[in-house]
Amino acid sequence: MGIEREISEQLHALVDRPMNFMHVCGTHEASIARSGLRSVLPPMMKIVMGPGCPVCITPAGEIDAALELAADGVTIATYGDLMRVPGSQESLESCGGDVRIVQGIHKAVEIAGRVKNEVVFVSVGFETTAPTVAAAIRAEPPKNFSILSYHRLVPPAMEWLLTQGEAKLHGFILPGHVCTVSGYHEYERFPVPQVVAGFEPEEILLGFLMLAQIVRQGEVGVRNAYPKAVSRDGNVKAMALMHRVFEPCDVEWRGFPVIPASGLRLRDEFGEYDALRKFGIAIKKVTKKTACICDRVLRGIADPSDCPLFGRACTPARPIGPCMVSHEGACRIWHTYHVGGRK
Amino acid sequence: MCIAIPGEVIEIRDNIGVVDFGDLKQEVRLDLVDVNVGDFVLVHVGFAIQRLSREEGLETRELFREVMAAMED
Ligand code: SF4
Repeated sequence: MGIEREISEQLHALVDRPMNFMHVCGTHEASIARSGLRSVLPPMMKIVMGPGCPVCITPAGEIDAALELAADGVTIATYGDLMRVPGSQESLESCGGDVRIVQGIHKAVEIAGRVKNEVVFVSVGFETTAPTVAAAIRAEPPKNFSILSYHRLVPPAMEWLLTQGEAKLHGFILPGHVCTVSGYHEYERFPVPQVVAGFEPEEILLGFLMLAQIVRQGEVGVRNAYPKAVSRDGNVKAMALMHRVFEPCDVEWRGFPVIPASGLRLRDEFGEYDALRKFGIAIKKVTKKTACICDRVLRGIADPSDCPLFGRACTPARPIGPCMVSHEGACRIWHTYHVGGRK
Repeated sequence: MCIAIPGEVIEIRDNIGVVDFGDLKQEVRLDLVDVNVGDFVLVHVGFAIQRLSREEGLETRELFREVMAAMED
């Protein structure tokens, strides 16, 4: 008997009450959707995706700041996923400026080394990504290089979700690659069942099983179902580098209010690489009336298929919200793997 | 964004390594890890973000057995 079947049978035996679990990682969602994992889960178990897509939670005002620089003739470099994320008027792809897709920050630094123009790297990502940026900044990139630091940290968002309580969650699958770098010691303070899981369907199923077990035992705390990559302390060197270069700041997430200490800004010592300071621009708050329910999808209180636009007015070819743009966005993933059908 | 892919380090020059992903070999930055040739690493946005420990590399099946055994105690 396949291991997935075995785990699934045990899971059915364990889940004797409603169990709503949230994961916060686009890669988890893609694996769950691709393998059709939801169809083998016990009826009382529900899995939602929270704010696990760094591109999706980047507010329109932050995109606008990058567009402002592009309009001033600055060369913008960023990840492909960010290109079509809507700002208040347009996206980086449609803005007509010099915008380049790069694999990572090191490639953007290389561009700055080759050109005279100012190069700004639009830097998104959780703890998985921020240390790579810290490493590049520490290596003293050329003077015509700077970054828009739009990084976010996962634990403060989880804390917000837990205190807010609107999603009625019984446990969390913790993001495997974030925890690879950050470890999971920071999550131990949350009074809720949590399991760090890998990315193969059977690894995720095992994560669900372990979560269900903790719930049944009436316990809280973190268990590790991904020991080949994740340890309690994570990559200490990478985290130390991140803290050396960045300091926490209060910042808004798309779909959320300002969450205290959930963002990262460059420390004063590295201020010359901070594009906001270098070009004297500020992030403006954008409120836009739209039928898009990305905000509720990101908070785990709506499924993509609850959106009246899903698969109709909003498709990967013509995305309306960021969750349909990014490969890590719930709407994009559901559309690609035909989850949820149409309502 | 948070996608990370495992591969084997087959060459190291300063802080740049060549990682074999099976079907492709690519240069990867090693700033965040201390590794030797022959180590397996997880690679994300062009950087190795962690060394994979082989001892801890329990297969899902073994982990599952452990979890079930712990439950019966
Ligand atoms: S389907 Fe499109 S419009 Fe609806 S929530 Fe998702 S991204 Fe927004």
